Formats: sequence, structure tokens, C-alpha cells
Amino acid sequence: MNLTVASSPHIRGNFKTSRLMLDVVIALIPALAVGTWVLGVRALGVTAVSMASALAAEWLYARLTHGRNTLPDCSALVTGLLFALTLPASTPYFVVVLGSVFAIVVVKCLCGGLGQNIFNPALAARAFVMLLFPTALTRYTVDGVSAATPLHHMVMPALPEWSLSDMLLGNIPGSIGEISALALLLGGVYLVVRKVISPRIPLAYLGSVALLTLIFHRTGNAFAWMLYSLLGGGVMLGAIFMATDYATSPVTPLGQLLYGVGCGVLTVFFRYYGLFPEGVTYAILLMNLLTWAIDRGTAPRRFGCKKGGRA
Amino acid sequence: MKHKFFGGIHPVYRKELSAKVTPSVAVIPKQVVIPMSQHIGMPCTPLVQVGDKVLRGQKIGDGEGLCVPVHASVSGTVVAVEPRPHASGKKVMSVVIDNDFQDTTIPAPTAASPEQMDPDTILGLIREAGIVGMGGAAFPGNVKALSAMGKVDTLIANACECEPYITSDDTLLRTNPEQVLRGMQILQPVVGAKRAVLAVEDNKPEAIAKVRPMLDSFPGIELAVLPTRYPQGAEKQLIQAVTGREVPPGQLPVSVNCAVFNVSTFAAIYRAVELGVPVTSRIVTVSGEAIREPQNFIVRIGTPFRDLIEVAGGLNDATERVICGGPMMGLSQGDLSIPVMKSTNCVLCLLKDRNAAAENPVCLRCGKCVGVCPMRLQPLYLYRYQRAGNLNELERLHVTDCIECGSCAFTCPGKLPLVETIRAGKQMLKEAAKK
Repeated sequence: MNLTVASSPHIRGNFKTSRLMLDVVIALIPALAVGTWVLGVRALGVTAVSMASALAAEWLYARLTHGRNTLPDCSALVTGLLFALTLPASTPYFVVVLGSVFAIVVVKCLCGGLGQNIFNPALAARAFVMLLFPTALTRYTVDGVSAATPLHHMVMPALPEWSLSDMLLGNIPGSIGEISALALLLGGVYLVVRKVISPRIPLAYLGSVALLTLIFHRTGNAFAWMLYSLLGGGVMLGAIFMATDYATSPVTPLGQLLYGVGCGVLTVFFRYYGLFPEGVTYAILLMNLLTWAIDRGTAPRRFGCKKGGRA
Repeated sequence: MKHKFFGGIHPVYRKELSAKVTPSVAVIPKQVVIPMSQHIGMPCTPLVQVGDKVLRGQKIGDGEGLCVPVHASVSGTVVAVEPRPHASGKKVMSVVIDNDFQDTTIPAPTAASPEQMDPDTILGLIREAGIVGMGGAAFPGNVKALSAMGKVDTLIANACECEPYITSDDTLLRTNPEQVLRGMQILQPVVGAKRAVLAVEDNKPEAIAKVRPMLDSFPGIELAVLPTRYPQGAEKQLIQAVTGREVPPGQLPVSVNCAVFNVSTFAAIYRAVELGVPVTSRIVTVSGEAIREPQNFIVRIGTPFRDLIEVAGGLNDATERVICGGPMMGLSQGDLSIPVMKSTNCVLCLLKDRNAAAENPVCLRCGKCVGVCPMRLQPLYLYRYQRAGNLNELERLHVTDCIECGSCAFTCPGKLPLVETIRAGKQMLKEAAKK
């Protein structure tokens, strides 16, 4: 009998990278379903093209660099899906392919691969195509008719014309994955229950957006302004699915709270003063840059020592 | 006030495999191999030569300094005094005794009541009985007690047995709880502790039901039933769970006025002080999916693993690992001739782990390791900086605080070899300090 002599521990938990990634995919299904229902079947087409090109890019990169085939970790699937969900359903397919390949090859693989990248691949790709094709990325249509999103109204500033329940359910124009806050919250609850993410970042993010928009409201009804700010645009998708990206967010509990607050503050700031109605993409990308510094500055108190000090 | 230790995990415990059966079988092998080093500290010098006749309980090795004696666990003839394989993976000087199956025992000294003994006498008896920490650490019992004298307010008996599979402490509490309680009663006045707490996790309802009604006859002893979570039985974590105090880095429990002994150690103290009997046997769990008849045995110290495995029905053909200790912190063994020692609580036989480490471990930065670390470390960064050979960062992140409980590696979805890497990181720092 050949006995293995190896380091402890000799048993492992059943957490697996691919399982975590597939859980994220599952958590996004409600949002994708609402997106397809409201925006039409082309939403599904954009998503399929994005996911397929992400997988192809990942596979090709491994082939060309003689690296290990990393498809089984399912992370490319998540990147492709998340990128698609940030796009309008009318996005030209070549833009979808370009962004998806950019996310995988430039943002992820060239930065060292899974877990090593500095920027959230889906959001960096969105920022990239946004610069190249701003009109394609800001034209939203419902039933083939182009429409302004709730955020466009809020730039005025004015409360959007849709009811809060339409905003919650997703009966509004917008990017494929962002329109239904309810579907995104459902996905978020699933991720927390499955222990894929901790609720710290989403709560800190949404909480700070809520607080800031309540205090610095731009219409008479502060509470309604706050609710529309939370339900409109990409803040739900960003807070639950983008800001919680493992590789680009802090790992310390305090760091996660700070990071969430930072994302929230920047989002409101960019929305109020930025060039575009939306600020989520750039808020999270900026905070991505600070992730390592935040981790460094928020190390947990050492066991047996007072805060910051010695024994 | 309720306290909790930081982090921790909930592995699948599988204690039911071995917990059902009470040990009726005493394993008495043809030959025992008794290592001269069964404790932390200086090894013993053998006191016998090849050809000597020895009695059970006879001292066959002793030494100076941080050292406790070892005793023959069977009567018979010494057939070898030579280095033999040991659970540490090294060869260690051992006395090999052929059993004559007479079990002629050294007569115990006339029993005296511990209440009439002074502390020095009790500590002397503890030392002479060869008592070490029987939960795994194997620190000489008398030295620990001596260093605690007059400095502790809380004496803790550790029956958490937080590692999966192991049920030897549970078995002791189910079969001989009075020995544990008597041991606590003996030691409490010696160290001068106000509180004496028997700490047990709530996954041992039978043991708890046994102990609770007995507490009336042992005034001053508290029972603390703790919610099951690994690694509650680690010394620092248990102190935190019972008292809320944190042992400062690099210091001993005495620094927060606590002393922790395993329940098996307390039972051994009782037998040493009240019955005058040295440590020559202990309860060992033989368990795991790879052993045919998992159960607990009363085992003579020095019994080769192979003999024990045979009595438990033998190994499954697909056995991948045989471990001395538990699945989280135990040492995997390649040579089954190694003997059971005073601190061996489990011989664990495992099949290949379904969730085994990947060939290409990748850190996702998911941060789960940070959440489960009971020492509040950041294993992912320790891993990174060890790989980069960055000693400054390893030191800044307190790599030496790691207790190697394995919670991080257990939880890691990327299946990183975290414990192995952190251990290597500690070693790097140690070597750098020498230069």
C-alpha cells in the first residue's frame, strides 16, 4: 500500500472556484431573464455572444501562451455574462466581441490571470468600449424605440416618469442587467446565502448612495429622490455583482466597508458632476485601484494585542 | 458573559464512526516500541539495556531539564535500545520490549489522600508518572502546572475535541468522568485557581449528560458547553471562548491567568496522584473511512500503529493516508511501525479526499481565509509573500502567530497549500534570524 505523506490539513471543504463562479451565473439569471423579457430577445443574443467570445478568448490565450487551460474555473463565463449585462440590448455584436475579448485578454490574462487583475474585467471593458463607441453604448431602446433611461431624467434634475414599482420590477429602459432592482437583489440574497459574497460591500455601497442622495437630494421629495437613485442605473448591479468581484476588492472586513462607502460616494459624485448620467463604472474602477492600499491599511487587529499597538 | 473565539469553520465531523462503541478491547501487542521522546523538551536517556527484564510501570527512561520519564507499558524483556521510526518522521531513540503477557506490574506506592499532600509532592508525582499534555501538544505536565502555580485564576479542562473523527476524550468522559473531575479537584488547589471549568463542545451530548449530574459532588467545578466550531480546542481559542481573554503573541496562557490541560491529562493526574500509576496506556480512536471497524481502544503506549489497525479490522485497499492525530492538524505517516505515544489520540485512516487540493491552485482573493482565521491573520497575503520570499512582509503580517489549525486551507476554494506555505514562511524567518 502506498501511503501519501503530505501536509495537514488532510481534509478540505467543498468550496471550489468553479462552484463559486457558477453560483454567480445562477444569481444573475433573474436579471438576465427580466432583461430579455423587457428589452427583447436581442438581449439574450448580446449575452450569448459576450459569453462565447470570453470563453474563446480565454481558451485561445492559453493556447497561444502555452498556458494551462483555465476554462474549467468558469471565471470567463462570469466575465462574459457581467460585461453583457452592462450593455444596452442594441449594442452592435462587434462591439460586444471586442469588449469581451478586451476584458479577458488585456484586463485579466495580461495582468497575471485569475485573482491577479487590478481592474474588474467587465467594467474595464465597458469603460473601454464606452470611449470608443459612446453613441452605441448610450442608446437604449424599448420595443425598438429609443428611449431615455431614468438616469437621463435625473440629470435634469427631475424624478423619472416611471413608477417606483416599474423601477423595481425592471419595466424601464436601460442596460440588459441593470433594469430590475428586484431581480438583482434576489441574486444578491442568493450569493450571501450561499456564502459566495459577504453583504458588507453591497450594504456599504448602497447605504452610502442612499444616505448621500437623501441628504443632497435634487428634487423636493428627498425620499423619492433617494429611492430613484438606488433603483435607477447600474448601482444595484454594481454594488452586488461588480464591487464584490474577489480579485479587485479588499479582503479585510473593515476594508470591505470602506471600499463600499468609497464606491457609493464616487458613484453619487460622478452622477452629479460627471460627463455621463451614470457613474458606477468609473467609481468602481477607481476604487479597484485602491484595493491593495485599503487592505494594507485595514489589517485586522492582531490577536492578543490592543488596536494598532503592541501586546 | 458569553464569549466566542474568532473565525473558525464547521467541517463534517464524522464522529459517529467511532463514537458508538465504548472501548472494551484493550490492545496488548507482542512487542512495544517506547520512544524516549514523547514530549516537548529534552529526550530521556534509556535506563535499561538489551536483555533486561522489565515490569509494567517500571521507569525505563528519564532525563534532566524539561523532561519527564517514560515507563514500560508491558512486562517482558528489552530486545533493543535503538533509534526507531517516530510520528515526527525522524528516528528517535526507543526501547523495544517483547511482551511476556504476564503484565507483572510494579507495585503502586501506598495510596495517600491528595488533600494531605503539599503541592510539591503532587507535582513530583505528576512528573514521575510521566504525564504530558495528552491532547497532542505533549508539554510536560508538571512544568506547566509549576509555571501556573499562584498565577492563574482559571483552570480549564479541555474536552472540546474539535477535530473531526476523534472521540477519545469523548469516550473518556462517557466511561470515566469521575477520573477527570477528580484530576481537576487535585490540580485546582495546586495552581490556586478560583475557577475550574470543564469545557466541552455541544456535539457530545452523551458525555455532557454523564458529567452534569456529577457536578453536585464536585463543588467548584463548572461545566461549559460550547457551540461546536473548529478550532475551539486550540489552547488560545479555548481560553478566549471560556474567558474572553486573548493570549498575547509569543506568550503562554499564564500571561492571561489561565492554565489549560486536556481531560485525558486530568485523568492521568488522578491516576498518578491517587493511585500511584504512571502513564502506560491511553484511549486511542481508530477511525476514518479507510478502516473497517472504527472504534476506540485502550492502548498500551508503544503499540505499533500496524497492530492497532489490525485489531480494527485492517485497512481498506484504497487507503490514501494514515494520520497520527486528527484530519486538520495530524501528521500523515508513511511507516506503520511507528508507535502510539502518550499524546496520540487518534490513528486516522482516510481514503482520497473528494475535495483534495488541485494540481494548479489559484488564489481568487476571495478572502474566505481571512474570515476563518482564528488568529486574525491574512493567509492569502502570507501565501503571496512566502512565495515571493518577502521576509519583511511576512514579519509585518505576523506569520509566527499562525497556529497551523488549517481552517484557511480547508476553506480555500482555490485549494492553495496555505498551511504548508505558512509553515515554510515561519521557517524562512527563523533561518534568517539565525544569520
